[in-house]
Amino acid sequence: MNWLIANESMIYILIMVIFLGFAVINKVPSVLHTPLMSHANAISGVVIIGAMIVMGQVEADNYLALGLGLLAVVTGMVNVVGGFAVTDRMLHMFKKKEAPKAEK
Amino acid sequence: MNSILSIVYILSVVSFIVGLRMMNQPSSSRAGNQWAGAGMIAAILATLLMYRNEAGQGLQNQIWIIGGLAVGTVIGLVVSKKIQMTAMPEMVSLLNGLGGASAALISIVELMKLAENGFIVGMTADTQSGVPAYVSGGTMSILFSGLILGGITFSGSMVAWGKLSGRINDFGFKGQHIINLIILATSILISAWMTINIETTPAYWIIVIAILGLLYGVFFTTPVGGADMPVVISLLNSFSGLSAATSGFLYDNKVILVGGILVGAAGTILTVLMCKAMNRSLINVLMGSFGGSSADAGPGAQGTVKEISKSDAAVVLSYAQKVIIVPGYGLAVAQAQHACHELEKLLEAKGVQVTYAIHPVAGRMPGHMNVLLAEADVSYDNLIEMDQANKDFESTDVVLIMGANDVVNPAAKTNPSSPIYGMPILDVSTAKTIFVNKRSMKPGYAGIENELFFHPKTSMIFGDGKKMLQELINEVRNLD
Repeated sequence: MNWLIANESMIYILIMVIFLGFAVINKVPSVLHTPLMSHANAISGVVIIGAMIVMGQVEADNYLALGLGLLAVVTGMVNVVGGFAVTDRMLHMFKKKEAPKAEK
Repeated sequence: MNSILSIVYILSVVSFIVGLRMMNQPSSSRAGNQWAGAGMIAAILATLLMYRNEAGQGLQNQIWIIGGLAVGTVIGLVVSKKIQMTAMPEMVSLLNGLGGASAALISIVELMKLAENGFIVGMTADTQSGVPAYVSGGTMSILFSGLILGGITFSGSMVAWGKLSGRINDFGFKGQHIINLIILATSILISAWMTINIETTPAYWIIVIAILGLLYGVFFTTPVGGADMPVVISLLNSFSGLSAATSGFLYDNKVILVGGILVGAAGTILTVLMCKAMNRSLINVLMGSFGGSSADAGPGAQGTVKEISKSDAAVVLSYAQKVIIVPGYGLAVAQAQHACHELEKLLEAKGVQVTYAIHPVAGRMPGHMNVLLAEADVSYDNLIEMDQANKDFESTDVVLIMGANDVVNPAAKTNPSSPIYGMPILDVSTAKTIFVNKRSMKPGYAGIENELFFHPKTSMIFGDGKKMLQELINEVRNLD
């Protein structure tokens, strides 16, 4: 129970962000589904911060932990950088609009 | 904690939320992505420079961390520049898996550190004699959640990546979803048992749990048919967010928590949308019993198939007033999106109104067709969503179906025994003429015969999508 008390504010945030997330994303048109996914995927790379913290607290002679931590940092960073860059490329394509078409 | 670090973290959280909000519109989406990216970079740099743990210590092993960040950045940039737009589903899966791997590795390292001290984190305050205080059940649950979710995300995404890039074939056996459930349940039970009996449990069980998580990820994605891939990818996207969020709890870090949960929500919304578009329940998806084995689709449609020559098709298209193109995965396989756009421009120059009808699950990931056509410079104003398209078909002269099959199969409406019965489809049969381009009469991915091909209004144009379109373009040009 101590854990619950210690993490009470985190749990409140968790609950509110769930609702916030649904509210913010709910209206994404299907044109943007792939970029949304790729963008969200990049944000999930925020776990890199955890990887840095874990790495920063490993003893300098614990090579197994260092190696695993390094792997976590690298994979997390690839996720972040690759994710945002690829989404940017995709959205750049969407921007290239042509002159209004006959449909109008 | 340093107050500047707090400010950076708060701004990062705001950038994530605003960035996602801006993804609601094509016009603001790019800026939204850039904002969130900037917020992320700021949070990473601030953590590197200013993070202090409870004892007031900064991050050790900075060289390692900076090296890891640099290597990750270079790989990320190179891969994202080199990747073909048509390979986007694979790319998203791969990156998604890496995020999951990162989360799982964090849990492993933390668990290793705890195991070294026999899971003792200090002495209880109330006893002078010094009874050891073990790590709390809450922390253990969080660690195991991160380990299992991260493992599933990693191995599941890797399998999805392999399947999307054609390296891995569908594989399933009878009762697989029962075995899947047993695997998942076992990993959760061992985690719970270990959490409760923390004093006596040997640490190697951690490895067993990790392996079970990885196995579940493999087993639940392998049987999935290609047409169901959008659901799986969305679900794995959601898992990657949740596995990241566990680290937020672990380090009492709100940026990780908010970022992770937002992604969890985004992935869940997409999963639900994809499920709806395929008329599948989420439970059905979570059980791992996808439609990969739906080859026993009942009696196939019978009848004669009409074929039309490219020159005849070109005449019909040129003298139409309104043409709707229905793209499917076949278009992506044939890499025919540029040819498609060329035909569109050519017909438009002749005064034909050309639009594209996009089914939400056409392709292998949510919005796959949109990305593909955007790559070929098709304006997104010309892409029509399903409901609108179904209204438009009535006033349409020609519907050109390019490599789509299940999403236009009338069996979804008429045949209750069909595995896709109830799935909303693009009901093209109200249009005056239907052209279907296929390589052969082979059924679609779900293995279901399509009555539409035998419909009196339907004419088939056989051949590879790209080659066929190019020949069609030449024929249309020759008409002048």
